[in-house]
Amino acid sequence: MFDALSERLENVAGRLRSRGRISPADLDEALGEIRTALLEADVELGVTRHFVDAVRERCSGEVLSKSLTPGQQVIKAVHEQLIEALGGEALRLTYASRPPTVVLLAGLQGSGKTTAAAKLAQWWKQQGRNPMLVGADLQRPAAVEQLRVLGASAQVTVFSQPGDPVKTAVAGVDEARRLGRDICIIDTAGRLSIDEALMDEVCRISKRTEPHYTFLVIDAMTGQDAVATAKAFHDALALDGVILSKLDSDARGGAALSVKEVVGRPIVFASTGEKLGDLDLFHPDRMADRILGMGDMLTLIEQAEQKMDQDVVARSADRLMSGRFTLDDFLEQLHQVQKMGSLGGILRMMPGMSKEIRQAADSIDDGQVSRVEAIVRSMTPKERAEPSVVDGSRRVRIARGSGTSTQDVNQLLKQFKEMQKMMRGMGPAALAGAGGGRLSRMAAARGLGGASAEDSLAEMLGSRPGAAPRPEAPRPAPGSKGRVGRNKKKGGRVTPPKGR
Amino acid sequence: MIALWIAIGVVVVLALSATIVVRRRRPPAELATRTAAPSTAAPRAESGESEAPPAAAPRPAAPPALRERMGRTRGLFAPLRALGGRADTAAAFEAAEEALLRADVGVETTNELLNELRASGVGADGVLDALADQLVAVFAENADRTLRFDDEPGVVNVWLFVGVNGVGKTTSIGKVALARRVEGRSILLAAGDTFRAAAADQLALWAERAGTEMVRGAEGGDPSSVVFDAVQRARARGNDLVLADTAGRLHTKVNLVEELAKIRRVADREPGRVTEVLLVLDATTGQNAVVQARQFTEAVGVTGVVLTKLDGTAKGGVVIPIERQLGLPVKLVGVGEGPDDMIAFDPESFVDALVGL
Ligand SMILES: Nc1nc2c(ncn2[C@@H]2O[C@H](COP(=O)(O)OP(=O)(O)OP(=O)(O)O)[C@@H](O)[C@H]2O)c(=O)[nH]1
Ligand SMILES: Nc1nc2c(ncn2[C@@H]2O[C@H](COP(=O)(O)OP(=O)(O)O)[C@@H](O)[C@H]2O)c(=O)[nH]1
Ligand SMILES: [Mg+2]
Ligand SMILES: [Mg+2]
Repeated sequence: MFDALSERLENVAGRLRSRGRISPADLDEALGEIRTALLEADVELGVTRHFVDAVRERCSGEVLSKSLTPGQQVIKAVHEQLIEALGGEALRLTYASRPPTVVLLAGLQGSGKTTAAAKLAQWWKQQGRNPMLVGADLQRPAAVEQLRVLGASAQVTVFSQPGDPVKTAVAGVDEARRLGRDICIIDTAGRLSIDEALMDEVCRISKRTEPHYTFLVIDAMTGQDAVATAKAFHDALALDGVILSKLDSDARGGAALSVKEVVGRPIVFASTGEKLGDLDLFHPDRMADRILGMGDMLTLIEQAEQKMDQDVVARSADRLMSGRFTLDDFLEQLHQVQKMGSLGGILRMMPGMSKEIRQAADSIDDGQVSRVEAIVRSMTPKERAEPSVVDGSRRVRIARGSGTSTQDVNQLLKQFKEMQKMMRGMGPAALAGAGGGRLSRMAAARGLGGASAEDSLAEMLGSRPGAAPRPEAPRPAPGSKGRVGRNKKKGGRVTPPKGR
Repeated sequence: MIALWIAIGVVVVLALSATIVVRRRRPPAELATRTAAPSTAAPRAESGESEAPPAAAPRPAAPPALRERMGRTRGLFAPLRALGGRADTAAAFEAAEEALLRADVGVETTNELLNELRASGVGADGVLDALADQLVAVFAENADRTLRFDDEPGVVNVWLFVGVNGVGKTTSIGKVALARRVEGRSILLAAGDTFRAAAADQLALWAERAGTEMVRGAEGGDPSSVVFDAVQRARARGNDLVLADTAGRLHTKVNLVEELAKIRRVADREPGRVTEVLLVLDATTGQNAVVQARQFTEAVGVTGVVLTKLDGTAKGGVVIPIERQLGLPVKLVGVGEGPDDMIAFDPESFVDALVGL
């Protein structure tokens, strides 16, 4: 998402940057373009006006005239305003003193509540919590069944009972308490904000279950209506935050900007695909960086820390550094990486990916990964450790054993060799402190990005002394052409493992 | 395949470098005491015990009038109307611009429409009516809004429902099945969403409501073969229309869109004939709907639009650029979750409902 918005802003920025002075007319023109960009990105009209006014205020004549680089000043103002509009600081999650912590999800039809419920359950499970799901959507055909299937793949208990949604929700919370679950996530039916009967129903669910958190789930593709909807749900339920779904789309995501402004509550989670793992805490500052064209290495590193098995990865890393990275390590590594979400999604979060790569990322089917796995599994331990022994007849055997073609096997071996070469170069050097630069140089050499890829990846890898970079953190070089990656995570699917 | 390899390469390298960065940050003592992430020791959850809910009762509903169903909120054009002839032309145009933008018509189309109006020299008190006429004229460009049906004996018509996630494809099929049956067509449903959890169960309930047969495949199975089977089955049973559901997919996901194109090709094989590819759009969607319409049309040749959820506060104005730029006709409108909440799209009542309150 945000593609067009950031492109437009970059255009405006590019023009302003080259000017030593900015006349009031220049500023008006720039603000006019920002207005159009925001509207095209589906930011609500009122919010757009407010945004533009706020930027104008930040660019008061005095500030601009004092500045040696007035263009930069305007960009900075947009950036700051963007962060503010996106929600300031991230919400810090707390938990009920008397468990379970009840989480209520509400929203329009089809916004992604049920999927988000299951994702949250899995997310909390990974945080070491013990969640339970309650299916209180008794309206849509097969809604509870959907939740049950998702709950099963997240290995989380799903409670539901026929009859009245309010009673079901209450019984679900009781059940969670009885089972000693510390988090109870309630999925509700989709409803329109003007459907009085259904809004009243969800209010009653809220009164009776006293949720610790009430989240509105809203589709990132929503247009001007995002504000009306968010406001109505907020009035009815006193929202604590928002979950933005379908962020893996190419929607420009104006809803994100609009909703915070009207509701005054932060966007807490971002849902970025149909896989259960495709959910992240929402970081407004990072998102603003993304809009202005920086990649999202921080999220990536954080996910790596959180979701990958550190022991396994460390072992591979050790072997990598001693130059003994085998196909077994490769496979293990691949599994770890897959825990972070879909491959395409991860690729998209990397800074410095060219447009072609980002498009290619869309076409990656995680089902294909299982073919790679099948090939490696059809090799003997010796072959895995020393792929160079694989000759013609072995290739045929491996292909047959894995149900693939010899071309596939060839391809794997070839790519693996390349990868080994790359890694051998980077291992010890990376530890010595030159890692990021070399890594990205190599990536760039392989045609994975332009010059800016090198810079930003090096920058991001190097500039992580533990804290998130604030807005003042290194920006891509002014006028740098290559845009960097975005927050997109492309999706495999949620339902049981099948190739799609 | 190449993309996959690039991805695997990059991602693996990345994961390792991330680890190295992380390790560099850590004091050595901590490295020595690493423990496995808690998530790997996942406890087995017991499965919940309870009954499946009963099918939602169909809501009683008279055939809905669009204007009634759409106009339940404050009209966007009320401020313009209130201006009447008192205001100057500039103010009237400003009010019109605001209303169009708020209806999701989009900046570009709004500007085009208003520039045309300005050129026509209309005065402040005429803006509203002129605009309404202009909008009706946009829709008039795409005159044919009938659902295409091939009466040739032996042909099994296939209507394919496509769109992004959660827009209302399955529900629309259920409603169309009910309406068509009333018209005396003999219908078969194809549960071509083999992907979303319980998607076929959802359609099965609609099949029951509509009293039609449904063909389903294994969950996770190949959707094309479900549609293929449905066509064969329809031929054997003498059904003349197959309504094929598909899994929601973002237009940006190349392989999923390719899968859709394959479904379409398979459905078109004798005796099947794809006579409608209906793109389902959610009225709450903003400008992205135009992109969806363009991409799906390129990939599978969309023949018409089903605009759902017009019973909400969203106005669905994005269909105006879609009609105007892409020449795609809106054919059906969804105004609720009940079996009867589907009506044929009528430009005049849509424009009336949009502008008239
Ligand atoms: N691409 C993508 N699809 C999503 C995402 N979240 C949910 N979906 C899909 O969107 C569709 C609707 O999601 P649900 O979770 O069923 O939405 P819901 O709000 O529970 O819908 P109702 O219960 O029908 O109101 C499903 O096809 C999901 O797989 C996301 O982040 N990205
Ligand atoms: N209010 C309203 N809800 C609708 C309409 N059409 C579908 N829905 C609801 O939107 C949600 C998603 O619909 P579904 O048919 O499952 O979408 P699909 O994923 O595209 O098949 C469901 O909760 C439907 O009941 C409509 O016209 N109005
Ligand atoms: Mg649901
Ligand atoms: Mg469906």
